Amino acid sequence: MILRHGRTSLALHELRGGSSASGRPLLHLHGLGERTPSSVPQQYSAWPGPVYGLDFTGHGESSVPKGGGYTCEMLMADVDAALAELGETTLVGRGLGAYVAVLVAGGRPALVRGAVLRDGPGLTGGGVMPGSPSIEYVDPSAVAAAPPDPWALVELTRDPRPPDYATSFVRQAVHFSGLAEPITVCTIGRPAWLEAVVAEPGVRVTPSVEEALRSYAVA
Amino acid sequence: MTTYPGARRPDRQRTVDSSGLALAVHEWGDEAAPPVVLAHGGFDFAGTFDVFAPMLAEGGWRVVAWDHRGHGDSEHANLYSWDADVRDAVAVMDSVGRAPMPVIGHSKGGALMLQLAEAAPHRITRLVNIDGMPSPRPHPDVASRERTALMANELGGWLDYRRSTSSLARKPGTIAELAQRRGRMNPRLSPSWLEYLVTIGAREDADGWRWKIDPTLRMGGFGPWRNSWSLERLAGMDMPMLGLLGLMPEQMGWGTEPDELRPYLPPGGRLVAFADAGHFVHIEKSREVADLVLEFLA
Repeated sequence: MILRHGRTSLALHELRGGSSASGRPLLHLHGLGERTPSSVPQQYSAWPGPVYGLDFTGHGESSVPKGGGYTCEMLMADVDAALAELGETTLVGRGLGAYVAVLVAGGRPALVRGAVLRDGPGLTGGGVMPGSPSIEYVDPSAVAAAPPDPWALVELTRDPRPPDYATSFVRQAVHFSGLAEPITVCTIGRPAWLEAVVAEPGVRVTPSVEEALRSYAVA
Repeated sequence: MTTYPGARRPDRQRTVDSSGLALAVHEWGDEAAPPVVLAHGGFDFAGTFDVFAPMLAEGGWRVVAWDHRGHGDSEHANLYSWDADVRDAVAVMDSVGRAPMPVIGHSKGGALMLQLAEAAPHRITRLVNIDGMPSPRPHPDVASRERTALMANELGGWLDYRRSTSSLARKPGTIAELAQRRGRMNPRLSPSWLEYLVTIGAREDADGWRWKIDPTLRMGGFGPWRNSWSLERLAGMDMPMLGLLGLMPEQMGWGTEPDELRPYLPPGGRLVAFADAGHFVHIEKSREVADLVLEFLA
């Protein structure tokens, strides 16, 4: 399914239909440079509802914009375009997708019914503050070749992720979602923003993605 | 064509490719004169320099301005970011030459130039920042409970807006109507100047005039950036810098006060404040500002 977000076409993949008509969708958010997997990841197999995956702007089958300009806030709006289609959804994000899942959980607390954070590419981003700025260059022929967009790879490894910025989204999710624990962290990696997220009330920690999804399936 | 006293359209216009995006470049003055780069502010376009730039050109400079991506006659992009704007600035400068040159920026354009000055100090000889200096003041102190509610409205509002962006268009109107709308953001600028700007920054469709700026661009927004990061950058500059401030408060201004900023000024930094002008000090006081800048660049 192709969704529109501004001038970008976003590919939303249905990986599996739901076993019950009432099952809430699960939406997989890939890591930096990745794309939606071709089949349902094994850890999600017990999910009762349909399973979807979204290709972020510049990734997979989504369109590649001219001249970069990526921000995680714009990827949050990519996910919101999927939520406009799917309604109430549980998110599971890898790496970059885990950070974006936290932003969306805070931005759309009524629609995100739990966000599960997993390890994956792009988990750290640029660190707690910007590094010394530089002028990046990407060979235009590399942009044209095939996704992922090299500008995404450059820019989304440099974006600052201050811990208190991330936790402000967690607090939105806790305050407005009505869920006791709207975010579950399953990662081994703990960059500073994620360390701060883990320390917030309303954030659950478990190594098991299956267990995290089990509790959201009934929540 | 609406005219305005002292306003002169650019002598040359061309297009520069910045990683696949077409940027409209506008030049005033002798092509063989030494170049100076001029960066406009957010929601503006190079045509807002139609009075100021000719004064610099008459002072002996080749003035090179460009419409930021999504603004004026430049191509609308899918994505916008600070770093992308800085890259666009470099693409414009590369089109002039690799030798270092002075740069002037207003508002967002001034802040872009401060970032460029740290990223590529070898490209800049002198820097003029017109009411685009970072403010050391943190956001107004509101209780954390209120802040949570405030942020919820802001986030929800922004996401709602993004949901509408695939079908947005600017509202059509007469020249006077567009000028009036812009006057809400530029309350200190005269209606005749704003009407003049409409004839450059807007286009005439069958159903009326529309601002050319990308309808998916929206004021405000949020993100992880903090002022302290820009201030540290300011303090580390080694090139001569002239900062201008318009002290009359207005919506588009950043409310930066000279005394709070002074401790962060670099050794070669000079600050001039205009008590009786607002954010668009180079438009309100074009002659004085041009004279100051010409003296600084000399």
